[in-house]
Amino acid sequence: MDFSQSFADQLKACSEYPLYAQAVETLQTNITRRCNLSCRHCHVEASPARTEEMSRQDMEACLRAAAHPEIKTLDITGGAPETHPRLVWFLREAALMKKRVLVRSNAAILLEKQYQHFLDIYAESGAEVVVSLPNLNHDRTDRMRGPDVFGKIIVALGELNSRGYGKKGSGLVLDLVHNPVGAYLPGSQEVLEREYRNRLRRDFGIEFNRLYCLINFPVGRYLDFLRGSGNLEEYFRLLKESFNSAAVGSVMCRTTLSVAPDGRLFDCDFNQVLDLSLSGQTPVHIRDFDYAKLSRRQIVVRGHCYSCTAGAGSSCQGVLQK
Amino acid sequence: MSQLYYETKDLQDFSNIGEFAHEQGKKFFDYYTSSTSSGKLTEREKALIALAVATVRHCPYCIDAYTNKCLSLGVGNDEMMEAIHVGAAMVAGDTLAHATQMRKIVKQKEM
Ligand code: SF4
Ligand code: SF4
Repeated sequence: MDFSQSFADQLKACSEYPLYAQAVETLQTNITRRCNLSCRHCHVEASPARTEEMSRQDMEACLRAAAHPEIKTLDITGGAPETHPRLVWFLREAALMKKRVLVRSNAAILLEKQYQHFLDIYAESGAEVVVSLPNLNHDRTDRMRGPDVFGKIIVALGELNSRGYGKKGSGLVLDLVHNPVGAYLPGSQEVLEREYRNRLRRDFGIEFNRLYCLINFPVGRYLDFLRGSGNLEEYFRLLKESFNSAAVGSVMCRTTLSVAPDGRLFDCDFNQVLDLSLSGQTPVHIRDFDYAKLSRRQIVVRGHCYSCTAGAGSSCQGVLQK
Repeated sequence: MSQLYYETKDLQDFSNIGEFAHEQGKKFFDYYTSSTSSGKLTEREKALIALAVATVRHCPYCIDAYTNKCLSLGVGNDEMMEAIHVGAAMVAGDTLAHATQMRKIVKQKEM
């Protein structure tokens, strides 16, 4: 079955084809493909062996673009952003803009000697920290992310808590991310958030602000897993069957612009990995950022977009419909 | 007939079981939805009960649906297995409880 055509047909049926951006409220910068981990679901296929990272010149261009008044959030991701040698500078410059800055960290890296200082740097800069903790069951998390990673994340979350992260009144936001450890979709974000809150508090004394449930995208290593385990066809069928037209209006590409480590622009992180360049006459590199053109660009959609519209919808900020 | 009795794709047909009897079908789904949604019991607890019942009743569709539901709610494999043991113990227990009938009859009939 051609899922790309089928997704386009679904959009046509709800009068949303072609799909257009409405604004750029979030600039998501993927500053490196390097990571201390090599998770089995990683859509960017990050690992310690990867070397791609954003140049200083492109990071400066990201800061200039993020200064645009319509952009509210600078989202820093990777790979593990901490492995980028200019992250400290980038965070300090970003903090001067007085906007929402968030860093996606695997947290386990914050226990490594050469990266421990980020615990304090994050707190000083006031950046929100988003940590992926796929499952409360340590075996499942370790199967996905590597041996002993669950335990390391728990220790790192404790360290973040001790600096005020996730604590009421501190102003330091600590959000967690849940995603399925296998070929199924996440359950209710509300139910899972309650479960995470109760169990993390009871078993480890850990506090956090929000839990985001993310659907795994059939891209990168997760796609390899689906193929290798014979789940690919069934997973696409499940995504398609769970299509929710009400989620189309708020898919993240309508308000987010994604920057690759080489400075090229994409509709989202997933299109970036699939090398689906922006369509039409829009600038394709962060150095040529043009708000007016980019905020009205036509979005490039394919079969993997079904992951954004399944069930309650999915984005880097969790479900689209509460 | 070339079709199999049980096919995975038949699970997708569950929403159509109201065919040929719409009114009863609708009433069933209203009942099913309200019974399996969270109430005094949480959605997780109900998913585990449903999984245990599905296993006891040997329903491949429900085992599939509720294993996936449990996974999606982050229920541990050990928790799922514990729930199934409750079902297994209940089956063993109610089988043995029925031995009472046999024992009563034996005692009445034997010299
Ligand atoms: S999922 Fe995150 S932590 Fe895991 S390899 Fe990819 S970038 Fe690294
Ligand atoms: S996968 Fe990317 S392009 Fe497709 S709907 Fe989701 S955010 Fe938009």
